[in-house]
Amino acid sequence: MSNAAIAPETLETIKALDKYEAGFVTDIESDFAPKGLSEDIIRFISAKKNEPDWMLESRLTAYRHWLTLPEPEWANVSFPPVDYQDAYYYAAPKTAAAPKSLDELDPKLLETYKKLGIPLREQEMLNGIAVDAVFDSVSVVTTFREKLHSAGVIFCSISEAVQKYPDMIKKYMGSVVPYTDNKHACLNAAVFTDGTFVYIPEGVRCPMELSTYFRINEAKTGQFERTLIVAEKKSYVSYLEGCTAPKRDENQMHAAVVELIAMDDAEIKYSTVQNWYPGDENGKGGIYNFVTKRGICKGARSRISWTQVETGSAITWKYPSCVLLGDDSVGEFYSVALTNNYQQADTGTKMIHIGKNTRSRIIAKGISAGKSNSTYRGLVRIAQKAENARNYTQCDSLLIGDLCGAHTVPYIENKNPTATLEHEATTSKISDKTLFYCRQRGIPEEEALTLIVNGFCKEVLQHLPMEFAVEAQKLVAISLEGSVG
Amino acid sequence: MLKIKNLHVNAAGRPVLKGLSLEMKAGEVHAIMGPNGSGKSTLSYVLAGRDGYEVTDGTVEFMGQDLLSMEPEDRAALGLFLAFQYPVEIPGVSTTTFLKTALNAIRKKRGEKELEPAAFLKLQKQKIQQLGMDPEMMKRGVNVGFSGGEKKRNEVLQMAMLAPKLAIMDETDSGLDIDALKVVSEGVNALRGPETSFLVITHYQRLLDYIKPDIVHVLANGKIQKTGGPELALLLEEKGYADFYDATEAA
Ligand SMILES: Nc1ncnc2c1ncn2[C@@H]1O[C@H](COP(=O)(O)OP(=O)(O)OP(=O)(O)O)[C@@H](O)[C@H]1O
Ligand SMILES: [Mg+2]
Repeated sequence: MSNAAIAPETLETIKALDKYEAGFVTDIESDFAPKGLSEDIIRFISAKKNEPDWMLESRLTAYRHWLTLPEPEWANVSFPPVDYQDAYYYAAPKTAAAPKSLDELDPKLLETYKKLGIPLREQEMLNGIAVDAVFDSVSVVTTFREKLHSAGVIFCSISEAVQKYPDMIKKYMGSVVPYTDNKHACLNAAVFTDGTFVYIPEGVRCPMELSTYFRINEAKTGQFERTLIVAEKKSYVSYLEGCTAPKRDENQMHAAVVELIAMDDAEIKYSTVQNWYPGDENGKGGIYNFVTKRGICKGARSRISWTQVETGSAITWKYPSCVLLGDDSVGEFYSVALTNNYQQADTGTKMIHIGKNTRSRIIAKGISAGKSNSTYRGLVRIAQKAENARNYTQCDSLLIGDLCGAHTVPYIENKNPTATLEHEATTSKISDKTLFYCRQRGIPEEEALTLIVNGFCKEVLQHLPMEFAVEAQKLVAISLEGSVG
Repeated sequence: MLKIKNLHVNAAGRPVLKGLSLEMKAGEVHAIMGPNGSGKSTLSYVLAGRDGYEVTDGTVEFMGQDLLSMEPEDRAALGLFLAFQYPVEIPGVSTTTFLKTALNAIRKKRGEKELEPAAFLKLQKQKIQQLGMDPEMMKRGVNVGFSGGEKKRNEVLQMAMLAPKLAIMDETDSGLDIDALKVVSEGVNALRGPETSFLVITHYQRLLDYIKPDIVHVLANGKIQKTGGPELALLLEEKGYADFYDATEAA
């Protein structure tokens, strides 16, 4: 692509994306924890969930450690210090204290999800994708329970899992992301409220796509969800998550932890379409998305693949990673991060090669428009014993206009001389000439921009499950709306 | 069909076209020849509506409308097509997707229904065959990794698919081998008809052996210096441009 500057008229119109369709608030009565963060609040949350003592103790241990941790400051993002006391750590619709069956669910919640394009009822009828719907601090419903149950698959809220499957939770929760990992993960370990637990038994190919839909609704409320997926030997699961929040002038915190565990020959595909409220065109409001996601390929020949499309959030701070412990295991990371207006994204991955013949592949696409800033940050570490490890990394940045920034920060630590590491990086600009070429063929400017950007993201989008790929393309289009014309 | 009157255009503040006038009727083929830097591509860009060219004087009427006041995509919908001298690459967007998007955008603007995918593919297949192109290329990103000649052929394919009223071909022959030149010319000739006009920009008489022009213009120093029949191209080939304008004036 040529580097010719974009036309001033085009630049002039790179502005508001006021098309955030998920920005509404559901008027529903909620139960709150008192504002602020303290041991008492943690006891409150734990009591609300009727948790066993060991769970409360583990929360308190994390909280005490959290008090000693500094904020992570290495990321290429800037924001005023978070006032942890000025937020609610628990908010739940009064009608939905515990997950219910679809028939018992508050119609307002059904309506909300329908408006968000997740018609829970229809989905159940169409035999489509199983959904865990998390609304603020609680899981309000999980669909297809019976069907999954008969396949031996456990798909339930994490709160329910703490009650029903304590041994598995004790064994696996915190085993991939310990509370000591980083400040945000530590806070999550202390105050997590809900999320999803998935268990796929040996030899089972999960009969349907599983998904969790996260919704923040109440103001001044943080969402701290926890997801744990365990795939036993020779099992397979594809899991998707989506997320949205109302438009508000304030910043709201979302600090999640996701842990994946894959045994011998197991495969986990984890896809995210992140569409948290990004803030307005002046950078006011939006979600702080501080997420720790990590998977461990424990078994030989296991495979974990992360695919993410990040279009929302005021700030995105996340590095879905793979620990490649089993010999011949494979880790993949496919990412699209799109920022517009004043959004900031610092995202990437870590591939930690420990086993022999482990392979990893990283394809990261960053698109920056408006005054936004996007950074790819990736670590590839080859341990001493990781004979014949291979990594391929490709980072491409696309700039729209002259006021945005794109950065690539690759770290490589290689302790084994047999490793093969390849890294490619490109930065390009959507040139005036390319846009003109499309318009000469009759394609209006905005449609042309979407076409070009979706083309740029194609390698990543094609890794999403079908329905999500179409969704993601639309989301890219919506996020770019207002960028031109 | 096309009436250009006294067109003055600045590029980067410098005058490039200085009072160009030209008239075309429906169904005619006109050739424009002229030295490097004389403003041939500039003329094509101004007609297609590219930003960065300042029209300081003159008018252009196309299909009875004031062309210069229209957006590029609206000009395309009205039937104007430009085969680029240097086509751009669009990674990740297959030629098929691109063409379908373009064709349907144009149909939409004209208030016509979108073409059914099957009808589109049938049309595309037919045009691909006619131009002797490899159907596999349609799956690759637009022009990505195409050879110079393949890019030019792809321009002609798009032209054939979009069936314009006026096709401006900016040095579509350069980069084509002898056989390709023949195939492409046949493709163009197949599009000729009472409703379709061509403005063919070229440096070589050879192309005009295949695509026979009705009228030949010599563009130099920002103006049409001479207009004649096909014999003018032969004369130029023999004598060069020196006789047609005062080169000292150009600088
Ligand atoms: N965007 C621009 N900025 C600055 N100068 C320009 C621009 N576009 C064209 N020019 C100048 O205008 C003059 C005419 O250029 P143009 O490309 O139209 O010539 P041409 O007749 O097509 O030449 P060729 O036969 O080499 O293709 C040249 O001197 C060129 O440098
Ligand atoms: Mg030229």
